Amino acid sequence: MSGAQVGGRQGLASRALHSRLFWPIVTLLALFALNVIVSPSFLAIRVHDGHLFGSLIDILRNGAPTLLVALGMTVVIATRGIDLSVGAVVAIAGALACTIIADSPDPGSVATVVTAVAVALGFSLLLGAWNGLLVAALGIQPIIATLILMTAGRGIAMLITEGQIITVSSPAYKVIGGGYWLGLPASIIIAGGMFIVAALLTRRTALGLLIESVGINPAASRLAGVRSRSITWTVYVFSGLCAGVAGLMISSNVTAADANNAGLWIEMDAILAVVIGGTSLMGGRYSLTGTLVGAFIIQTLTTTVYTVGIAPEITLVFKALVVIAVCLLQSPAMRERMRRRARATTPATAKAVAS
Amino acid sequence: MTTTLPPVKAFSTRSRLARLIPSSRYTSVLVTLVLLVAMFAVGASRYRGFASGQVVMNLFIDNAFLIVLAVGMTFVILTGGIDLSVGAVVALSTMITATLLRDGWNPLAVIVVVLLATSTLGLLVGLVIHYFDIQPFIATLAAMFLARGLCYVISLDSISITDPFFVGLAQTRIPLADRLSITPTVIIAVAVVVIAFIVLHFTRTGRTVYAIGDGGASAHLMGLPVVRTKVLVYVISGFCSGVAGILFSLYTLSGYSLTAVGMELEAIAAVVIGGTLLTGGYGFVLGSLLGVLVLGSIQTIISFDGTLSSWWTKIVIGGLLLLFIILQRILTARRH
Repeated sequence: MSGAQVGGRQGLASRALHSRLFWPIVTLLALFALNVIVSPSFLAIRVHDGHLFGSLIDILRNGAPTLLVALGMTVVIATRGIDLSVGAVVAIAGALACTIIADSPDPGSVATVVTAVAVALGFSLLLGAWNGLLVAALGIQPIIATLILMTAGRGIAMLITEGQIITVSSPAYKVIGGGYWLGLPASIIIAGGMFIVAALLTRRTALGLLIESVGINPAASRLAGVRSRSITWTVYVFSGLCAGVAGLMISSNVTAADANNAGLWIEMDAILAVVIGGTSLMGGRYSLTGTLVGAFIIQTLTTTVYTVGIAPEITLVFKALVVIAVCLLQSPAMRERMRRRARATTPATAKAVAS
Repeated sequence: MTTTLPPVKAFSTRSRLARLIPSSRYTSVLVTLVLLVAMFAVGASRYRGFASGQVVMNLFIDNAFLIVLAVGMTFVILTGGIDLSVGAVVALSTMITATLLRDGWNPLAVIVVVLLATSTLGLLVGLVIHYFDIQPFIATLAAMFLARGLCYVISLDSISITDPFFVGLAQTRIPLADRLSITPTVIIAVAVVVIAFIVLHFTRTGRTVYAIGDGGASAHLMGLPVVRTKVLVYVISGFCSGVAGILFSLYTLSGYSLTAVGMELEAIAAVVIGGTLLTGGYGFVLGSLLGVLVLGSIQTIISFDGTLSSWWTKIVIGGLLLLFIILQRILTARRH
C-alpha cells in the first residue's frame, strides 16, 4: 500500500517521499528511536507465564481502543463525514454493560457477560444508526448531526449509571480489556481482527471504492447508481459499533464504568490518528494502514512521555506540538512546496535526503 | 436589525427569495425567543419564586462568560469555520490570571497580558488555517491541546485569587431597582454583545464576515479583504475567550487547569440554538445571546425543580440542538 513496497526502480526514494505514509512512518520510527536511546530495553518482548510482555505490547494494548474508534472514524471521514459522538458512545456502551453485569445475580458467569456485551453492542449499533439517520436521511451536516449525540450522550450514560461509577468484579468481563488469548492481550486480538475484517471488506470488495466515490461526490455517485445513502448510513453504524467495542474494552480494562471520563477526548485522538495517517478530511481518499500507523503514533507518544521522563504535566503540550508538526508537514500547502523543491533537485539528492 | 440586507448578498437568488418571505430571516431567532419565554412561563407556573427579576438577572450573572464566548464563536461560525479551542483557552486565561495575581502583578497588567496572550493564540490559529490550508476543525483542535497543555505546565493545582481588586470586583453588586442587582461582569458581557452587533451589522468587516460565509470565492472576487477577515475572526474568538476567561476567574475566584471542559460545546450549542447556520453566512449575534439564555434557563429550571438530576441538562441541550438543527434544515430548504 505504501510507495516503499515498490522495489528497485529509480525514483523509489522520491516516490517514498511522496507516499502519504512517508511522514507518519518516519514519525513513528523517530519516536521508537527516541525510546530506544532513552531506555535500551524498549524493543524487548519477554514471555512471562505464557503471556507476552514489553513496552511494544503495552503500546499495542493501550492503543487498541483508539485504533478501533479511529477505524470507524476513517470510513466515516472517507465519505466526507465526521463522527464526534464516539466518545459518548464509548461511555454509553461501558455504562450499559457494567450496569447489566453489576445488577445481575451472577456477575461472573459467561452468560451474563455475553448478554451484557450483546446489549451494549446492540445499543451502540442503534446510536450509530441514529447518526446515520440524521446524516443520510435528513441530510444534516455530519459535524452538527453527531454533535447532538456528543452533547446528549454523556447525559444518557449518566442516566444509565445514575451518576455513579459502576464497578464490576467479573473475571469473564475483565478478559475483553485486560485478559490474554493465545499469549496476546485479548484487546489486541479484537482490534486486530476488526481491522483485518474492515480492510478485507473495503479493499477486497468494491465497498471501499463505493465509499470513496460517495466521499468525492455524493450526488454524482448516486446518479451513477451507487446507493450513497445506504453507504453513508452503514459507515455511521460501523463507527458506532467500533466505538461500542472500544467502550467495552476501556470499561473492562479498569473494571468500572465512568460516565464522565470514559472515552473523554477519544474522538480527538481518533480524528488525529486518521489525519496523521494521511486520510483527507475532505473525503474520498482513505488509508486504513495510515490510520493504524496514526493510532500507534498517538499511543507511542503517550508512552514516550513516560519513558523519556517528561513531566506528566507537559504531556499535552508535547502531544500538541507533535500533532501540529505532523499536520503542518501534511498540509496541502506544505506538500505543494515540497513537491516543487523535489522537482528542482535531482533524484540522486532526493535519495540522499531520504536515506 | 431593521437595516437592509447586507449588500453583498443582494445578488444571490437565495436573498431574493428571502425578500419574498421577509420574516424568514428572523424566524429561527424568533423561535428561540418564543422558546425562552415559554420556558419562563413553564418555570413560573411550576416553581414558586421563579417569576422574579432577580432570576432573570442571575441568568446573566451566571452565564456572563458564556455570552462572551458565544459572541466570539458567532464570528467564527458566520465565516463557516469553527473554534474548538475556546474552552481550553478559558482555562488557560484563568490560570494565567490566578498565577500572575499570586505573584503580585498589577491586576490591570494581568488583564492586558491575558488578552494579548489569547489574541496571539487566535492569530496563530488563523494564520495556520489560512497559510497551511488546514481545516479550522483540526487547527483549533491542536490549539485546544496546546492551551490545555500550557495550563498543566503552569500548575496542576487550583490556584485561588486573593487580589483585592479582583475580589472586590467579584463581590460588587450594582443595584438596578428594588431587590434587583447585577455584577460588573454582566455589564462587560452586554458591552461585548453590543460591540459585536455594531461590528457585524454596520461595518465593512462585519459585511465581509457574512460574505465569506456565503462563499469565499465570490467575496474574494468582489475585492473584499477575505484573508484578513478570515484570520481576524480567530483573533476575535481568541480575544473573546480571554475576556470570558477573566469573567470566569471573577466568577469562581480561582484558576484551574481542568475547568471549562466541554465549554466549547456549550458555546457552539448556544450559537446553533440562537439560529446561526453552522455552514456560515447567516445568523445574528443577538440570537447567540438568546441561545445562552436558553441554556441558562434549562439549568435554572433543573435546579429549581430539585428532583431532576443534573445530567438531564445535557440530554435536554442535546434535544434542543436536534430541534433547532431540523428547524434550520427546513428553513434553508425553503429558501433554496
